Amino acid sequence: MGITLSRAAQWTTASSNIGKLEFTPMNELLLKEILSFVEEFSSQHPQQAEHVFKEPLQWTTTLVASDFKTDYDISDSVVQSQEKDSEGHPLLLLSPPNVYVRSFSQLCKLVHLTNDKKLEEVRACLEDNRNPVVKVLGPSFAAELEGDNQDETRLFAKVKEEEEHKDTDDKVKLFLLLQNLDKQLLIKLLHEISQQVELNPAAVKNEVEMLKRSCGNGESRLLKSIQYTSDYEFSNGCRAPPWRQVHGEICYLVIEPCDSETLYITCSTAGVFLNRGIKQKGEENDYERTSDTYEDLVSLLKSKSPQFAKNINKQDCAVQELPSTQKIQHVESVDAEEQGQPQRSYEQQEKNVHEKARQQHTANKAGGKMKYEPCPRWKDLGLKCPPGRAEEKKPNKSSGEEKSGEMYKKKMATGAKSKMKADFSVSSLPGHLSPLKIKTSAGALPVEVFSESSTESEEEEEQPERRPESNTDLPSEYWHIQKLVKYIKGGDQRFTVLTLCTLMDFNLMQETCQLAIRDVGGLEVLINLLDTNEVKCKIGSLKILRKISSSVQIRRAIVEMGGLQSIVKIVDSEEEELMALAAETIAIVARFPKARRTVRQYGGIKKLVKLLDCVSNLANLSVRQEKDVEIARCGTLALWSCSKSTRNKDAIRKAGGIPLLGRLLKSPHESMLIPVVGTLQECASEESYRIAIQTEGMIKDLVKILGSDNDELQMHCASAIFKCAEDKQTRDLVREYKGLQLLVSLLSKADNKHLLAAATGAIWKCSISMENVAKFGEYNALEVLVNLLTDQPEEVLVNVVGAVGEFAQIPENKATIRRCGGIKPLVNLLTGTNQALLVNVTKAVGACATDMDNMVIIDQLDGVRLVWSLLKNPSADVQSSAAWALCPCINNAKDAGEMVRSLVGGLELIVNLLKSTNNEVLASICATIAKIAKDKENLAVLTDHGVVPLLAKLTNTTDDRLRRHLAEAIGHCCMWGSNKALFGEAGAVAPLVCYLKSKDSSVHQSTAMALYQLSKDPNNCITMHEKGVVKPLIHIMGSDEEMLQEAAAGCVRNIRLLALANRKVQLFY
Amino acid sequence: MSELSAMNRKKIQSLADKLSKHVNHFSKTEIECLICDFNVLLREQINPGKANGLDRQNFRSILYNKFGMSDAIIMDAVFRTFDTDVDSFISVKEWIEGLSVFLRGTLDEKIKFCFQVYDSNGDNYITKEEMFHMLRNSLIQLPNDEDPEEGVKDMVEITLKRMDYDHDGKVSLADFDKAVREENLLLEAFGTCLPDRKSIRGFEQQVFQHQLEK
Repeated sequence: MGITLSRAAQWTTASSNIGKLEFTPMNELLLKEILSFVEEFSSQHPQQAEHVFKEPLQWTTTLVASDFKTDYDISDSVVQSQEKDSEGHPLLLLSPPNVYVRSFSQLCKLVHLTNDKKLEEVRACLEDNRNPVVKVLGPSFAAELEGDNQDETRLFAKVKEEEEHKDTDDKVKLFLLLQNLDKQLLIKLLHEISQQVELNPAAVKNEVEMLKRSCGNGESRLLKSIQYTSDYEFSNGCRAPPWRQVHGEICYLVIEPCDSETLYITCSTAGVFLNRGIKQKGEENDYERTSDTYEDLVSLLKSKSPQFAKNINKQDCAVQELPSTQKIQHVESVDAEEQGQPQRSYEQQEKNVHEKARQQHTANKAGGKMKYEPCPRWKDLGLKCPPGRAEEKKPNKSSGEEKSGEMYKKKMATGAKSKMKADFSVSSLPGHLSPLKIKTSAGALPVEVFSESSTESEEEEEQPERRPESNTDLPSEYWHIQKLVKYIKGGDQRFTVLTLCTLMDFNLMQETCQLAIRDVGGLEVLINLLDTNEVKCKIGSLKILRKISSSVQIRRAIVEMGGLQSIVKIVDSEEEELMALAAETIAIVARFPKARRTVRQYGGIKKLVKLLDCVSNLANLSVRQEKDVEIARCGTLALWSCSKSTRNKDAIRKAGGIPLLGRLLKSPHESMLIPVVGTLQECASEESYRIAIQTEGMIKDLVKILGSDNDELQMHCASAIFKCAEDKQTRDLVREYKGLQLLVSLLSKADNKHLLAAATGAIWKCSISMENVAKFGEYNALEVLVNLLTDQPEEVLVNVVGAVGEFAQIPENKATIRRCGGIKPLVNLLTGTNQALLVNVTKAVGACATDMDNMVIIDQLDGVRLVWSLLKNPSADVQSSAAWALCPCINNAKDAGEMVRSLVGGLELIVNLLKSTNNEVLASICATIAKIAKDKENLAVLTDHGVVPLLAKLTNTTDDRLRRHLAEAIGHCCMWGSNKALFGEAGAVAPLVCYLKSKDSSVHQSTAMALYQLSKDPNNCITMHEKGVVKPLIHIMGSDEEMLQEAAAGCVRNIRLLALANRKVQLFY
Repeated sequence: MSELSAMNRKKIQSLADKLSKHVNHFSKTEIECLICDFNVLLREQINPGKANGLDRQNFRSILYNKFGMSDAIIMDAVFRTFDTDVDSFISVKEWIEGLSVFLRGTLDEKIKFCFQVYDSNGDNYITKEEMFHMLRNSLIQLPNDEDPEEGVKDMVEITLKRMDYDHDGKVSLADFDKAVREENLLLEAFGTCLPDRKSIRGFEQQVFQHQLEK
């Protein structure tokens, strides 16, 4: 009942609480339904009828004492019922003109007493009790009724905890009854609504267009003028403000008929009626209906303007003279025109439209169900449907859905406005903070950070506009802003500045305001101001642009409109305030590639870099210098944003930005340092910057700043070191300036994940130098790192694990990892999905596995199987890293052969990876095969899977790393059956001989071993000999390595033996 | 002649001495230059008469020619603000004291100056009527033939509401001060009454350097 009353009933004044129910058929129906519900209540639900209301229903009645009969206590004009509630209040109390009723049974009796005035009583009751449910059941129940929760048990619980009454049961039943009534009413009303003809924006627009054409001069003109009150058309075709759209209003018109006074008209889905005069201000009470509702504009105008009626009838007659078949054709042609072919002659078209309207008219009268189709966009945005529409379309919707739909609309329409605002301001916050976010995550990006610009992949995505939502509840700000923009357009400098100041008072960080400014054409105006000579206007405009640019859509719009060029132009103006503001605005706008490109293409980078050239000594500044420094800071902020494009990084460098940044790095102010270090760390993805940072001596400053106590600053610093420490010299410098200890101390700030990611990243890269690892050992870094192996976000884990992997290169650290319980978390991480993390984890596990004691633990944790299964990972990096990790595992496992065999399908997987095209994968797999092949049984399996031809096929490679491991694998695979001969047949021997010419001595070693094995087959010996293997082998025999000597010599011996045998054969036979 | 100019010079110096005690932003030499310049301006005055100062018309033409101001209402108001003794003439003292704020004033001084300019009846409040008077012609046109005057009224209401922190329906100096500190753009909200950077530079260059060369 609550919902129906608040939404479906047509109150005279929509917003006030003392409104009257209008005399409309809908309301009539509503009242009748409620009346019959009340009348039958006592007989149908006697028990619930006795339930005493939470508060009495009170209204002004027409009843007097004499209407009451004997079972009431009557004294003078006051009437009391004999029944009382538990506190002694009579259940019915009449003290004219008011009546108080406390139960349905009394209500029912009362209704029966009133005879012919029943409806009036119900009407009065509802008008005075806008929310009867609250009074009957109490507010919490009313809320429940409007909510979509219909869980009975919950209701019981609620009632019980609320009061220990015996009538709990009744209350719930009553509640359910009311709920049911509500539903019934809604369905009835909707049915009623669907019978009515409705207008839609397209239809109204057509009609207005048609009437517009008939304005003008001359005898036969229909109207003097017809105008919309608003030029702005929402995407759904409506011009009414959204909070009026929920009432079904489409637009407002101001029409000047030829013969009567100006008409102010509201077009709504329910029809067309006069309002109190909505001009452009749109005061709330102006919306009130002051006339009957008409089906369309023409019929309204006909009744209001005799001349209009006369003229239009004339035209109607003209049309009617046409033969009927033609008439139909005409109607069709109008339809065609509506779809966008307006080439017909104006006169004819006009007539057609009239004709159509007229026809429709008659159709309506005949009770037909002819209806305008809602335009498709409207359909999509279900919530823009006028109340009832959605349900009307899906009458079978479950009641739950229906409720929630209703609930939502209610929320949209009533007090939710303020709440929505709050939501928006919150939601706009992340956007505002996004630079920080983007940057930090950039720092935490793994390996590929160094190859390319860190954030190119993190560009702002095209955000879907949240228009539909905000549209439905645009607040009054929208109209204020529209007015202000109009003022800016029409005012002089003073007025414009005042208006801009007023505009600044809006909450410009709020999306509603931002979009409102854009939608009313405010952006163009603001951008135009930038090209004027008025300094104050420019300042005002920039102050606003700077704020509204927190919205992605606004940023895009500014760039699309060419506003960024204008802003760039201002960067080198003479006014300091303007320069700073322009730079600051660029910093916010240039958050997507196109904007950054624009800045560069219009020479912005150079101008911005110039801003950095301020004071050389940044301590002890005068007031004037402080201003310059502030400008430099804004410039750096802008460069920071711009520096996310690789080309801009180049441009900054070419404009001489690096030394200037280096100078600003000595500033004592954190507000300055943050953008400076931010820019540097962003640019450090480029090698040229890394070199410059090192050679300009910035590492020293960076390390110093690392010791500040500002988290953000430390984070950018660590990030910069993270990227720069790719270079060995930088790593050494960090150690020299005692940066390592600072980095380790940052690990204690484990709550700040961005900082932690940057710090661990820096530690990882620094630990590539073994001297640093030793130094880290002094600060017990490894212990801390091992503790960070659990419960951290992936970007931290990647770095931590990377560092642990580097630390584990030193034998004593392997034991430390084990002692601190690091093996288990490492093995657990093998089940992850982050590829960068998996690469590092497998590497770390592999490094740990070189220690026998660690290997025992890994084996117990089933780590080998996990690593092995990573060979199935689609990433080549993960595959190769896993394969490399397998080598030490197989080497050090106690019963390696058995372990390998226990992995079902494992060997087949390995052999199949020989088909990979990635050399690193191939090399790692070859290395693994070499380890596996040490077990004869496994070698047999490998052979069965066809390892020989696959290896042979690879022999043509020129990659030394692959050659080395390939030769090793071939050497080991020769140990089974006829593999030696098979390699020969597959043509593997000749390329192997060529390997001996390689410059890499490790290739020589494994090749010599392989050749030795292969030379055990006579045919291979012949091939080798033919390829001139002897000479290089003899050379290798002179190596210092015994293994190598032995293999080379063995090979030569085999060849020699074959030759001797041949000789013997020739001699003796 | 030289004797006269020497006498003159002495006079100027002693005057400069006296003035420098009241004026913060000019050095003594600069004050001397300004005195000389003032004398030149006085001599150029169209009706020199017997007055010992610049009259309104002359002052307005200086504002127009040297500082690019054009709004008659504001120029009169600036004259009124310079003319501290209300004798309808700007004496050399008033001129130099006024210029001190006009050219080099701190934000505080400028706020006070502008407030005085806008407070046309000198009752220490800027009222709605005063605002409307100053802004009367500031809204040039509105679409749909709306009445610009209504727009101005509307803006005056908005601005008054914004500046009137103590809710007494008018803007006191304290209100104005607070509003300007919150948003600097409001300093010259009701009309440009301070010179822009370029004309300041031009004027100073002309007066100080030109005079020093002599």
